[in-house]
Amino acid sequence: MSKRVLYLIPLAVFLAMAAYFWRGLGTNPQTIPSVLIDTPVPAFSLPPIDGRDVGLSSDDLKGQVSLVNIFGSWCVACRIEHPFLMELRASDTVPIHGIDWREKNRQAGPSWLARHGDPYTLTGDDPDSKAAIAFGVTGAPETFIVDANGVIRYKQIGPITADIWKNQLWPIVQKLRGE
Amino acid sequence: MAWLAPSLAVEPDEVLADPTLESRARGISQGLRCLVCQNQSIDDSDAELARDLRLLVRERLVAGDDDQQVIDYIVSRYGDFVLLKPPFKLATLALWAAPAVILLVAGVAVFLYYRQSATAGGAEAAPAPLSQAEQQRLETILRDRDVSS
Repeated sequence: MSKRVLYLIPLAVFLAMAAYFWRGLGTNPQTIPSVLIDTPVPAFSLPPIDGRDVGLSSDDLKGQVSLVNIFGSWCVACRIEHPFLMELRASDTVPIHGIDWREKNRQAGPSWLARHGDPYTLTGDDPDSKAAIAFGVTGAPETFIVDANGVIRYKQIGPITADIWKNQLWPIVQKLRGE
Repeated sequence: MAWLAPSLAVEPDEVLADPTLESRARGISQGLRCLVCQNQSIDDSDAELARDLRLLVRERLVAGDDDQQVIDYIVSRYGDFVLLKPPFKLATLALWAAPAVILLVAGVAVFLYYRQSATAGGAEAAPAPLSQAEQQRLETILRDRDVSS
């Protein structure tokens, strides 16, 4: 009897591994958990986008809870996300700062914002990915929630929708404001 | 025959003038995963993010960082996932140790199995000595046979 149980061990090991790998098939490999959660925002200082006077630096992210949104005029998913960011801006819920990532020419970002509206309080120009890499960005759009002490608390990969905002990001912003 | 050509994503304008630094940059780049096309190194990938990472690696080498400092910076931004060869540490212990442990367990199991069957076979070859009653019966049979022949 005990021997029969022994013979079942390889089967049990196989089933455990199969279940683990099966679950792995369903996860999205593009969603890489950020190692920067609960660490201070990287020190950076981005120049303004073309035609503006103020850029974006890490010091601007201290003092209140804010969002940092990585976008680009070339980014299709950003275009999808954009109307919702405009809504957020109109409701004056939380400041959204923009990092204009990898524009091929200096006019592309500003003219995109002129055409579709500008939801950002401050916008920095990041043509060579310096800030994007410092934030561990792998694609656009990505949005970080930064607390009042300038610490990254959450990373949203992909467009923010009304649903994601209501159920995931907004509760975190509210909680951080209470801290 | 395209696959015979070395894949070279590194564009001429990226290459450093100093061949030693450039070869160090190539070495580092080959060990770093492109976050966009994830099974390529940034040295192989044509993705724009990979290009910016290659330039960053070179910039840091020119600024005087050693290889480990450059790698550490990128790992500090993207995590161990960015390394094509996972590091050996507590979190990856199962990954690295599993093949050796499985081999060891299987080896012990095979050893025990064969030892057991070998001793079982030995017992058949050398049966227990006859009891006194059996010995007497045997002697009787042999004697009877002698008489009859």
